[in-house]
Amino acid sequence: MTSLSTPRTAAPSAGDQAERIARIRQAAYRIRRNALDMGEVQGQGYIGQALGVADVLAVVYTDQLRFRPEDPHWPDRDRFLLSIGHYAIAAYAAMAEAGIIPLEELETYGSDESRLPMSAMASYTPGMEISGGSLGHGLGVATGMALGLRHLGNPARVFNLLSDGELDEGSTWEAAMSCAHHGLDNVTAIVDVNALQADGPTAGVLRTEPVTDKWQAFGWHALRVDGNDVASLVAAFDEIGEHRGSPSVLICDTRVGSGVPLLETREKAHFMRVEEHEWQIARTQLEEGLAR
Amino acid sequence: MTSTAPRKKLTTSAMIASFADPGQRTASAPFGHALNRLAEERPEIVGLSADLAKYTDMHVFRDAHPDRFFQMGMAEQTLLGAAAGMAEVGLVPFASTYSVFATRRAYDFLCLDIAEPGLNVNVVGALPGLTTGYGPSHQATEDLAILRGCPNLTIVDPCDSVDIEQAVPALAAAPGPTYLRLLRGAVPTVLDEYDYRFELGKAAELRTGRDVVLVSTGLMTMRALQAAARLEADHVDVSVLHVPTIKPLDTEAILRAARTDRLLVTCENHTVIGGLAESVAATLAFAGVGNRVVPIALPDEFLAAGALPTLHDRYGLSTDAIVARVKRELGGASPATGGPWAADPAPASA
Repeated sequence: MTSLSTPRTAAPSAGDQAERIARIRQAAYRIRRNALDMGEVQGQGYIGQALGVADVLAVVYTDQLRFRPEDPHWPDRDRFLLSIGHYAIAAYAAMAEAGIIPLEELETYGSDESRLPMSAMASYTPGMEISGGSLGHGLGVATGMALGLRHLGNPARVFNLLSDGELDEGSTWEAAMSCAHHGLDNVTAIVDVNALQADGPTAGVLRTEPVTDKWQAFGWHALRVDGNDVASLVAAFDEIGEHRGSPSVLICDTRVGSGVPLLETREKAHFMRVEEHEWQIARTQLEEGLAR
Repeated sequence: MTSTAPRKKLTTSAMIASFADPGQRTASAPFGHALNRLAEERPEIVGLSADLAKYTDMHVFRDAHPDRFFQMGMAEQTLLGAAAGMAEVGLVPFASTYSVFATRRAYDFLCLDIAEPGLNVNVVGALPGLTTGYGPSHQATEDLAILRGCPNLTIVDPCDSVDIEQAVPALAAAPGPTYLRLLRGAVPTVLDEYDYRFELGKAAELRTGRDVVLVSTGLMTMRALQAAARLEADHVDVSVLHVPTIKPLDTEAILRAARTDRLLVTCENHTVIGGLAESVAATLAFAGVGNRVVPIALPDEFLAAGALPTLHDRYGLSTDAIVARVKRELGGASPATGGPWAADPAPASA
């Protein structure tokens, strides 16, 4: 396999751009389908979050991130840090789409001896940069990686996917201050705002809004987009790629269960139960959505 | 408290009180200078601190290598998370703060970001045990107890400037994570008078003796050597086994020292819970060795504020206190004295 690299020069023509977005949407569809297949293995789980963040991961893994699927330790790779270990299902789905892990391995998700544990860990899975799960760690590690890469003269970028619930953690804001203080424009934080955490809606658990204002006040270049709109995501990531002088954050408002109306409309749950017969319905609805 | 005529009392003095005896030979900032020497040979060495460079001797490195020093602010979680990130991209960080902050405040980050991936990050904790009179906020009396349960982590408690100078390159050379209990400022120089070299994971018998064996770590080895010399004058023959590496513990050397009929005393600048005393006791019990272990350690309490000599005396870490304890034990005092343990209960019936 060849290395994926995004040409960051020359604005694409309108036709090229439409093709690019269509290609990413196809990838997002396959990521969602992968996630549904994995969810069915477990019968329940973080499928709502995986469907919600699929468009973000499609843009990151198939359009933005520079990496070599066959060489996960390539020193010049961009780093993608998954703070939120329970989003592993979504990350594996995207990494299979990106060719980093074999598609057929996804059916081992969460099984004994699998390289794909329920909560993502670097020691288990090729291409998984850190072991997340204890929230509030990713951005601090990203800070050190970015400082280190800059010190070494390595132009690689560091991406960190956080959840809005993770903004409850004080360590996230320590690290946010640190990235801005050190002018780490090689850091891009991505915040998945699905407005839901373990005990219920974020607004009721611990209010994090106004999220954009907070990041701006901490010295970040902050953008907020519909995280289920591929065109908006692509435009925002392209803009961030050009930004210099301060770290960037892309705040993505996503819908839990996005792409599968059956799950989108169900009562929101952090850990979603899906009945045996519903998985096929979900796959059918997903396919119908792509055709529209 | 009753008030009598005012008497000149010792004062707490600065945050970092010196524990060197008057007139004792010392070396200035041995950690900082050792890190500088290492940095000349190894370009991947970097330093970080959390607003405590000046108080952890990291300022010596900062001033010599400003491009390789990273000030992380008073943010210990980010200090350790970022140190992990730097190690992930191939650097070899030394991250310094006070022991209380590295272990209590940032433990999750030390454990999950550094120890679990087995990264070569060297955490340097100042004010270990009772080395400040500022009270429990700054006294890391239980840092070893917190860290000993952390897999992958190497833990070193140096005695003096010689230990620190030799430990620094050894810690960087060890592939995994380490924690160093830092002695800083004017650090006593003691071990150069012995045939000794610091070796990671190894204990060293500094002197032999037929009557008593003091198994000691950290600055208490200095006190143990002084106590041994004093006891010698009283015709008590005392051996000192210095155990600078707390984990992995040199259990072979400890068992060798214990398999005699000598009085076995452990000496540590740490609470009696979860430090050297319990490590030695577990080593003996797991090997089926039945010696009694006499622990000289800090009590299981939040300690008082005050002047360090006063506190070391009160809590039994001074040379006088070691001598008195050994004499008491040799004089056949009740084994239960001085510890939280009950005297032998009646044996359970089968």
